[in-house]
Amino acid sequence: MAHTLTTPDLAVGVDDVARLLTPDGERIADPDLGRWVADVDHELLRGLYRDMVLVRRIDTEGIALQRQGQVGLWAPCQGQEAVQVGTARALRADDFAFPSYREIGVNFVRGAKPADFVIAWRGEEHSTFNPYDINTATPQIIIGAQTLHAVGYAMGIQRDGADQVAATYFGDGATSQGDVNEAMIFASSFRAPVVFVCSNNQYAISEPVTVQAKYPIAGRAPGFGIPSVRIDGNDVLASLAAMRWAIDHARSGKGPAYIEAVTYRIGPHTTSDDPTRYRSKDEVERWKQRDPIARVEALLRAEGAFDDEFAASVASDADELGAKVREATLTATSREPIGVLDHVYEEPHTGLQEQRREFGAYLAGFEASEEASR
Amino acid sequence: MTEMTMVKAINAGLRRAMADDPKVVVMGEDVGRLGGVFRITDGLLDEFGAARVIDTPLAESGIMGTAVGLALRGYRPVVEIQFDGFVYPAFDQIVCQVAKLHYRTRGNVKMPITIRIPWAGGVGAAEHHSESPEAYFVHTSGLRVIAVSNPQDAYVMLRQAIASDDPVVYFEPKRLYHQKGEVDLDVDLADAPPMGLARVAREGSDVTLLTYGSQVTTALDAAIAAEDEGVSIEVIDLRSLSPVDYRTVTASVRKTGRVVVTHEAAKEAGVGAELVASVTERCFHYLEAPPQRVTGHDIPYPPAKLEKYHIPDLDRILDAVDRVLDKPNSLTGLEEWRTAETGRAGVGGGVL
Repeated sequence: MAHTLTTPDLAVGVDDVARLLTPDGERIADPDLGRWVADVDHELLRGLYRDMVLVRRIDTEGIALQRQGQVGLWAPCQGQEAVQVGTARALRADDFAFPSYREIGVNFVRGAKPADFVIAWRGEEHSTFNPYDINTATPQIIIGAQTLHAVGYAMGIQRDGADQVAATYFGDGATSQGDVNEAMIFASSFRAPVVFVCSNNQYAISEPVTVQAKYPIAGRAPGFGIPSVRIDGNDVLASLAAMRWAIDHARSGKGPAYIEAVTYRIGPHTTSDDPTRYRSKDEVERWKQRDPIARVEALLRAEGAFDDEFAASVASDADELGAKVREATLTATSREPIGVLDHVYEEPHTGLQEQRREFGAYLAGFEASEEASR
Repeated sequence: MTEMTMVKAINAGLRRAMADDPKVVVMGEDVGRLGGVFRITDGLLDEFGAARVIDTPLAESGIMGTAVGLALRGYRPVVEIQFDGFVYPAFDQIVCQVAKLHYRTRGNVKMPITIRIPWAGGVGAAEHHSESPEAYFVHTSGLRVIAVSNPQDAYVMLRQAIASDDPVVYFEPKRLYHQKGEVDLDVDLADAPPMGLARVAREGSDVTLLTYGSQVTTALDAAIAAEDEGVSIEVIDLRSLSPVDYRTVTASVRKTGRVVVTHEAAKEAGVGAELVASVTERCFHYLEAPPQRVTGHDIPYPPAKLEKYHIPDLDRILDAVDRVLDKPNSLTGLEEWRTAETGRAGVGGGVL
């Protein structure tokens, strides 16, 4: 096809997707995706279930902590656990992930510690974990900027002759950004081993995806020369399968691959907005019926692999993690005041060094007066 | 020592840095086959191959953002922005990512990226090809900002910039690209003056003339002309705009008591404003006259045929020298007018 002389029909539907698990928890066949999860047994399924429950618990805790004034802001991920956990589980430890600020599940799977989920939102640090410790970049706040970082990192992998991949996560709103489009051009032109994961959660704050796209987002990738798949993002099996396909494609030297995961953000964009202004109750209710966690539970129950003992152990793990997240928040400590001037430069910068001396002397003045008043 | 143009010196600096460190990669538009629109990267593709001399798609944010990723992976990207005015599409990646990642990660991530920008006017270029955006980058913490003025500095400071673990914005004055100068290609970086040091380009005793990059040659010409009138100008080539070497600057101001700053960029909130403020803080009691700025006008860069009225020339600089020496000058009489206007204006005055 070298030209299109007609306008395509609007095609932003949520059911025109590949899936392996129905909303009722029934496992179904898919000729393309099925083979990538043929090995998935009950143990792995239970692991995915457990991860999703734990991620939801972190999210619930985060919202509560924000309401209690312990963190300044929270960007909830409820409803998006399947795409986050399913895709991240397909990555190797030595691959490198470039998430947005909403990818709580990705960071959890990559090995983030309880404090890592809350310290930045609390305003103690911009980044808690060292990106090289868990091969995951600091969650990005500028929309779509991380997609270029992933492509550049993947170009580095190529130059090293390594077989790792880079994976980058972003939302439907980000697909309107120049950076995301530039990332796809660079990735395609250089055949960089990078996987794009677009979590289409239907809204960019209040703006519906129809403001960003008049054609399925996955449909854009082929225009850049990148193969893509549009999956049910609330289906953890489809997420795992699609990511295994995409990673295999990238790792084997065929270049980038693209996943659009059609999902829904059950909560607000962040704790600062009011989603009732832009979404109907009915719409949210409809999406709750597609819950990614209930879906796996239904499957496991139907196959006799979900019993009270398992449910209790997952609930206990979630309680424990929730308590740790809370404790990490409440026991967080700030740096010394002079520490705000740390790490701006790698090598000494005389201008900043001078400010440091001045601010240090100013701070020391308080210490001296406290000393004197004792 | 070898005599060569700045173009050749930068080319030699790139070649040397790439030979010394296999992690150094050069990337940008047309840097490969063509050797860059100014031929700065001439021959590098043949010598180092396409994996290290990367002809990129035409997307400045893409170039900068992928350089961030390469740096995360342990590479040392040297990015060419084809022309000064084209750096704006990459501005977000530079100020939000390149400048902040080290701080954001508390030093865990290094950003050893060198951003080369062919810079400023005076070459009769089309619109967007003669911009002086240095103040934006000086204002951004986390970046080092360099402006070179001669082939030797261009060669040495480019190698220092590439070797630095901090991101460096490296401005190359297009107007001086083909001026020749002596270059010591065998200079040992360990012995060279650090990248942040200013250079006293010409010693003098009456007035300190602070400048950098494209204006250094004009400033030196002004100093020669002033000598004929019995005025001794000390010209300081700042070389580094972040950090500024205030030790060298204040030593000169304390000697002369008079300061003129000249640059091609617009005046308002420019590098000159910062220099004057900082010099005043440090040397107020040494000053014999209010410091003066000679800059580009506060206008979008004008059409090429008119740029000679925008770029400070020798006469405008000497006029400002007359001002700090309290000699008759173009503002004589106007100063009183300005004071009177300011006096009448003010909040609610309706005259501002």
